[in-house]
Amino acid sequence: MTEIFGVPTQALMGQLMIGLVNGSFYAMLSLGLAVIFGMLNVVNFAHGAFYMMGAFFSWMLLNYFGVNYWWSLLLAPLGVAIVGIIIEKTMLRWLYQLDHLYGLLLTFGLALIIEGIFRDQYGVSGQPYDLPELFKGAFDLGFMMLPKYRAWVIVACLSICFATWFVIERTRLGSYLRAGTENPKLVQAFGINVPLMVTLTYAFGVGLAGLAGVLAAPVYQVNPLMGSNIVIVVFAVVVIGGMGSILGAIVTGLALGLIEGLTKVFYPEASATVVFIIMAIVLLIRPAGLFGREK
Amino acid sequence: MDKRTKILYGILLAGAVIAPFVGGYPLFLMSALCFALFACAFNLLIGFTGLLSFGHAMFFGMAAYFCGHAAKVWGLTPELAVLIGTAGAAAMGYLVGWLAVRRQGIYFAMVTLALSQMVYFICVQAPFTGAEDGLQNVPRGKAFGLINLQSTPHDPLFGVIPVSDDIVMYYFVLALFLLGFGVIYRAIYSPFGQVLKSIRENEPRALSLGYDVDKYKLMAFVLSAALAGMAGALKALSVGAASLTDVSWQMSGEVVLMTLLGGMGTILGPVLGATTIITMQNYLAGFGSWVTIIMGVTFVVCVLAFRRGIVGEIAYRLKR
Amino acid sequence: MMKRKLLSTLVTAALICSAGTATIAAAQQGKASDDVVKIGVLTDMSGVYADYGGPGAVMAARMAIEDFGGKMFGKNIELVNADHQNKADVAKNITQQWFDRDKVDATFENLNSAVAIAVQGLGKEKNKITVVTGAASSKLTNEECSPNTGIHYLMDTVALGNVVGKAIVKDGGDSWFFLTADYAFGQSLEKDTGDVVKAAGGKVLGSVKHPLSTSDFSSFLLQAQASKAKIVGLANAGLDTVNSIKAASEFGLTKNQNLAALLMLITDVHAVGLNTAQGLYLTEGWYWDMNSETRAWAKRYEERMKKKPNSNHASVYSSVLHYLNAVKAAGTDDTAAVLKKMKDTPINDMFAKGGKIREDGRMVHDMYLFQVKKPSESKAPWDYYTLKGTVKGEDAFQPLALSRCAALKK
Repeated sequence: MTEIFGVPTQALMGQLMIGLVNGSFYAMLSLGLAVIFGMLNVVNFAHGAFYMMGAFFSWMLLNYFGVNYWWSLLLAPLGVAIVGIIIEKTMLRWLYQLDHLYGLLLTFGLALIIEGIFRDQYGVSGQPYDLPELFKGAFDLGFMMLPKYRAWVIVACLSICFATWFVIERTRLGSYLRAGTENPKLVQAFGINVPLMVTLTYAFGVGLAGLAGVLAAPVYQVNPLMGSNIVIVVFAVVVIGGMGSILGAIVTGLALGLIEGLTKVFYPEASATVVFIIMAIVLLIRPAGLFGREK
Repeated sequence: MDKRTKILYGILLAGAVIAPFVGGYPLFLMSALCFALFACAFNLLIGFTGLLSFGHAMFFGMAAYFCGHAAKVWGLTPELAVLIGTAGAAAMGYLVGWLAVRRQGIYFAMVTLALSQMVYFICVQAPFTGAEDGLQNVPRGKAFGLINLQSTPHDPLFGVIPVSDDIVMYYFVLALFLLGFGVIYRAIYSPFGQVLKSIRENEPRALSLGYDVDKYKLMAFVLSAALAGMAGALKALSVGAASLTDVSWQMSGEVVLMTLLGGMGTILGPVLGATTIITMQNYLAGFGSWVTIIMGVTFVVCVLAFRRGIVGEIAYRLKR
Repeated sequence: MMKRKLLSTLVTAALICSAGTATIAAAQQGKASDDVVKIGVLTDMSGVYADYGGPGAVMAARMAIEDFGGKMFGKNIELVNADHQNKADVAKNITQQWFDRDKVDATFENLNSAVAIAVQGLGKEKNKITVVTGAASSKLTNEECSPNTGIHYLMDTVALGNVVGKAIVKDGGDSWFFLTADYAFGQSLEKDTGDVVKAAGGKVLGSVKHPLSTSDFSSFLLQAQASKAKIVGLANAGLDTVNSIKAASEFGLTKNQNLAALLMLITDVHAVGLNTAQGLYLTEGWYWDMNSETRAWAKRYEERMKKKPNSNHASVYSSVLHYLNAVKAAGTDDTAAVLKKMKDTPINDMFAKGGKIREDGRMVHDMYLFQVKKPSESKAPWDYYTLKGTVKGEDAFQPLALSRCAALKK
């Protein structure tokens, strides 16, 4: 068997595959952050809380209403998006004229509240969410056993990321969005309802986080704290990629998942810090981020 | 400072001096002072330079570890231990600041947050922090080799004044708090402080006036980190422990809340904000999980309706 | 302008003063005469360990007081509780106020190692009894020991490794691979268990260290799978253990290998679900379905809390009751007298049979190895464990001769 640095190639391939799964989650979350930031200029600290909320909604749908995984894939993100709309309409919109920092602080407070409520209601051990029947078992890829569900996560995430990129960069709706970011007044003058667009963008962004949460529910324990740790890593991902670019957010997310996967093999002790170290290096070489432009 | 402001500060000082004798609980007062200093140091950045550091807990917490290590393992006297904590935080501040000032606004916040998370993970793994057990039973020792700060036995001060020594420790903390507060006060009302304010108001203009903006930001950052470190070091001594919560991102969030609640960019705001939050944490301890929710609601209310904070709001009302 | 600024600051000063007055008022509430027995339960009511101790621990203490009769020397026994929010400084602050001002005689639970060590240190300084149940750090009876005031009631890392290691190797699981949380706790757990496994004739094939609070364990489990060890030992805790178990089941590791969780409670098993957790080995000091006594107590607890108790809740109940009995027998709440009584009297209740508090403060009792049932074997909710072995207290805990407790050595 061939080996790379003492690790069999096959095992390495397996690890890369898993890295790609984690990268898919990073990509989806940082994509949502980037979309929201692009349109609203708000760094959504509550993104992790919405991710957690998505997972919990799907758990609640299953346990209280008997709704299966496929429906909750649609309903849970929708629920999260509705919460997002309420938050945008009642709170966030008062902050657009102010320093961007206030958006960050507000969403930080919201994250605390959402987490606190779920913790109060469901405790901290979390709730189990079983794999959907269709995805039980694994594909034998020769070099590893890839659980079917993980394969599905990769496929689903990549399709959603691509679709989002396509809509924003290649369609008319997307061009309105982009124009709205550049010059809201002008776009408004053309008869487009910018406030509505802003609301829907926020709803879409947090809906993406909710969707990531649903996808994550069967893999990780559904628990109130699942969002708070991942959101900081995703922040680092966004700093590395640069906030301005949709494609940047996706590519960086995937790439960092892979790098993290490799670290887990070669030097597992550093796997929690590697993303931050890369961030520091990127800041030294390209302060605006790999795909970013300085605003 | 005019005469009446002086009187006000005099009253506050007198209040702080007699606090432990009129029912203030020394250990509680000490942690209130430590967090007040922490918030003041943080305010120097957000309120007077316009930089939101979302990772200030790394200086606070690491200094607590440095100081605790110096006092416990090396057996240094408390004033030296605090000095080591402060210096360590300043050095870290230089390194982090050097990286972080490359980005502005919201990115600055995210970079500091990410770096502090990295520091947190290092603290979890590094042996000298004791990880989950924390660095415990840090001795207070004798300041300057003379005044006994240890809780037991209860030696009278100078053999005459029968004070329990938590109270002596309180005055040690109070003295250093006043020192730190004085440094911040001086910095704000110095030409240096004026440059910082101009950066906050209009960075491009400050740049075009020929100021090396990044250098000033870095200096402010280092100063703020050092004082946050001093607060952390004092906390380690007065509580006798340094633990992982001191470096966690929740702690960074708390100091933001303290400053926001009291009033960003006011001198006394952070002191009031810190006292309020610490009181909440201590006396709401029976409410369980509601503490987090209450903190979150306070955050949201402050941002939406109360952006000036308590002190800032009062000042604004009086001005009208 | 300056005048207004001044006015504003004056108002601030007034505010601060009133805050101060409030503090004083709060301070004066807690006056109690010395002959009242007052106990404190300090626990995590809201954070990551809230299911582990939390409201359930407070309830267990309340039940113990009720079962004792509610009165001591003709006065009501008082119970106070607080949330330490997992902060050592908050814990220390609260406990010190309890001791100094509120005349609390003893504190219980005190989970989370950092809190436990801080509180026990304070108890030593103030000469008050502190009983730790929820924390597992063996430092409590070694480096940070306090033989005259501190009691460590439930389990510690040494015992966990001992029980799991000995019992599983005896059961045929003689080759091990460790999945270790990369911090002091995980490392010492791995080392202690590894030593026991080797001493019992087993082999340790390797280990991988993962950072604390990792969300995805699949990568580490692939490495464990590749090792072909019979037993994969999980030297981590809480959510990390839960997530490792989930990933292990997903990657089919449990088909050929068995997992052994070194620190896990029934509440965690409940959270994972039997489907995923089946076949897992774990060790506990107590299980609700062991005999009629435990079942009766668990039933009463469940009526109030709507879920089954875990071993920590049971040990809070047992320790509070044992304390109250000792106070009664001693006829005083004086620390030294009560502690002596507590150590002299063996503990025989629904939690432990023939339990004994050693001079280093370690409460020695039998420990059990359980295996998690298959979903098909489980007949009722919370019917989760099959008993695989019992390890006698003296074999489970670190012998007194090996103690690193300085206060015992003179």
